[in-house]
Amino acid sequence: MYELTNVTKKYQQGGRTVTALDGVSLTIPDGQLVAIQGPTGGGKSTLLQMLGALDRPTDGTVELGLANLSRLGDRKLGDIRAKEIGFVFQGFNLIPTLSAQENVETALAPLGVTASERRERAAAALASVGLGDRLTHLPAELSGGQQQRVAIARALVKNPTVLLADEPTGNLDEDTRDEIMDLLEGLWRAQGLTLVVVTHDTAVAARAQRRLQIRDGVVREVA
Amino acid sequence: MVGTSSAPELEIHVYDLPAPELAGRRKQTAIVAIGMALAIALVIIVNSVSSGVRLAQANVLASVYGVGTDITVNQTPAAPGEGEDAGPQRFDFDAADGTTADGTTSVSRTRLEANRGTSTFAATDLATVGEVDNVTAAAATLSLTNTTFDGALPDRTIGPPAAGEAPPEGGPDGAGGSSFNVDSFTVLGLDPADTAVGPLSAMTLTDGRTLGSADAGANVVVLDAAYATTATLAVGETLAIAGTDFAIVGLVTSASADAATAANAYIPIDVAQALSGLAGQVSDIYVQAASSTDIAQVQADIEAALPDTTVKTQAELASSVSGSLATASDLASNLGLWLSLIVLGAAFLIAILFTISGVTRRTREFGTLKAIGWSNGRIVRQVAGESLVQGLLGGAAGIAIGLVGILLVNLVAPTLSAGATASAQAASPGGPGAGFGQAAQVQAPVDIALTAPVTVSVILLAAGLAVLGGLLAGAIGGWRASRLRPAEALRSLA
Ligand SMILES: Nc1ncnc2c1ncn2[C@@H]1O[C@H](COP(=O)(O)OP(=O)(O)OP(=O)(O)O)[C@@H](O)[C@H]1O
Ligand SMILES: [Mg+2]
Repeated sequence: MYELTNVTKKYQQGGRTVTALDGVSLTIPDGQLVAIQGPTGGGKSTLLQMLGALDRPTDGTVELGLANLSRLGDRKLGDIRAKEIGFVFQGFNLIPTLSAQENVETALAPLGVTASERRERAAAALASVGLGDRLTHLPAELSGGQQQRVAIARALVKNPTVLLADEPTGNLDEDTRDEIMDLLEGLWRAQGLTLVVVTHDTAVAARAQRRLQIRDGVVREVA
Repeated sequence: MVGTSSAPELEIHVYDLPAPELAGRRKQTAIVAIGMALAIALVIIVNSVSSGVRLAQANVLASVYGVGTDITVNQTPAAPGEGEDAGPQRFDFDAADGTTADGTTSVSRTRLEANRGTSTFAATDLATVGEVDNVTAAAATLSLTNTTFDGALPDRTIGPPAAGEAPPEGGPDGAGGSSFNVDSFTVLGLDPADTAVGPLSAMTLTDGRTLGSADAGANVVVLDAAYATTATLAVGETLAIAGTDFAIVGLVTSASADAATAANAYIPIDVAQALSGLAGQVSDIYVQAASSTDIAQVQADIEAALPDTTVKTQAELASSVSGSLATASDLASNLGLWLSLIVLGAAFLIAILFTISGVTRRTREFGTLKAIGWSNGRIVRQVAGESLVQGLLGGAAGIAIGLVGILLVNLVAPTLSAGATASAQAASPGGPGAGFGQAAQVQAPVDIALTAPVTVSVILLAAGLAVLGGLLAGAIGGWRASRLRPAEALRSLA
């Protein structure tokens, strides 16, 4: 469960201070599917970074379970990312020189999993996103939707408790977008994850249990 | 979930395996590896050539001063006019020297004297040297020049020619003129019983026999093979030295193919002393020290015992080696060293810059890896592993190129000429000639074919440099990558 209390994030930019998050207080129970919407520059990605232990807030606290993400050092945050949190990015962010299977395996590298187990689990994760026959393909040899499936397999192969997706369908056409959302929803349902999806797309947001709107760093529940 | 303990950290991980990584970055890998390869090849070649040059230098010294000679002792030449033999060489003729026939007087005179510029000293000094601590062997030689003057003088000449200090000028060779012939060769008197140290030790017998202890006092001579050819002499024939016929018992050639020999003729030292009127005199002493670490002490002790002499070590003699060999040696040790250091530095710099620019280009990759939990250490290892592979590829290619280069040097085997001119006057037997410009015989530059030896240590050095370069670039690049903040790294791609 996420517990955010008065989270403020400020950036210094050319002598000017940008307040990306402005006193956000928020609770996300385990297993919830949350959609975050809002205009460009509203603070969606910044909020996701707080949830993803990628950065610490300027003020306020972010708690994930028992861990206070706003207080932990870089090494501890890295450990939490490695074990607890899966990321899916708009740009897929696959390593172009690694095969699909190897890309998925990178997520297991920090966990001290043996090489053979790593290969098995990666193959299984790829099979679960429908790419069991594409293990050795390089990202460039896959379509956009297939690449995003590899990215989802990479995010889920470690069995995280949280899956964070920043505009996961932003680079995909409409059909593929639905496909990916179906997949995410199915996995969320099957694995009981907490799934937070940032999206511009109202159709995507409509599938969520809960919808949040961020504008100028302020979060508002959408009924 | 298992924590990130240290044992699993050491495991080889997918992305830790640089091979598939590098496969996708062939261009960068090629550039870095080629730079590294060229630098390492250069280091190998320069290193090998300079040890070849050192080897050549040692060969030259061995051929001039004898194998195993650590120290030479001789006496600083006396100022001209002081000694018995100083001053212009003179040939004085009187009636008894010539035979007269058909209105022409034929004259012939031979002199056997110490080389000009060489002074002799008492043979008892050899015993003094022999008593110095850590001297394992010492041998004395007497360097002489045999000069023969033949001439035909017309009867009309009033009195003998004044001097023979220079080849006669303007003496018409035709009717009513005079004709002169000056012939000279160098003679080295040495102890026939002991040829282990000194000039003869560097020689190889090509015909007949060498001198032995039984030859003491005998009129026997061993000739330099090249001189024998020039003078059309062979074993079994005789050679007149100071008017005395010597039986030619053997021919020798320098152990190293092209090196000049120390003298034209080698005779027992007691005979040499008697014929030259230098009884109990020697011109050089060759000393062998017990070990190379004793050389300085031996030198100092000899200098103390024989204050009038000049005592030189091989190392000092080496500085007397001149000619293109010396130039090559300078080149190899100075320019070559600097060149390879600069190229090596440039290759390292290229490797580092490319690694850093690679890290910058791959900001998104490393940001992603950090976002999914890769530690800084793991990222540093990844980058270092990749550039280590680049370094090793470059190193392997560099060793191959270097070996090909060395092979080429050895195939071409450029000849370097070397003379020992600088100190020859004092140190080398034969020395500069006395008058009549006959010295060229001994002073002729030695031609040495350059060989570039390959040693395991050079290969290891190259491999070490490749690893070092790779690790250096990897460490710097990895450090850059580890400093990326994941949030920034991910944002920079949007
Ligand atoms: N590293 C940074 N340095 C300076 N300003 C930043 C930084 N990161 C974010 N900001 C600013 O914070 C604000 C919120 O940015 P954020 O990326 O969270 O918006 P967003 O809602 O994700 O927008 P988009 O829909 O375009 O992705 C913006 O004004 C942005 O310029
Ligand atoms: Mg964003």
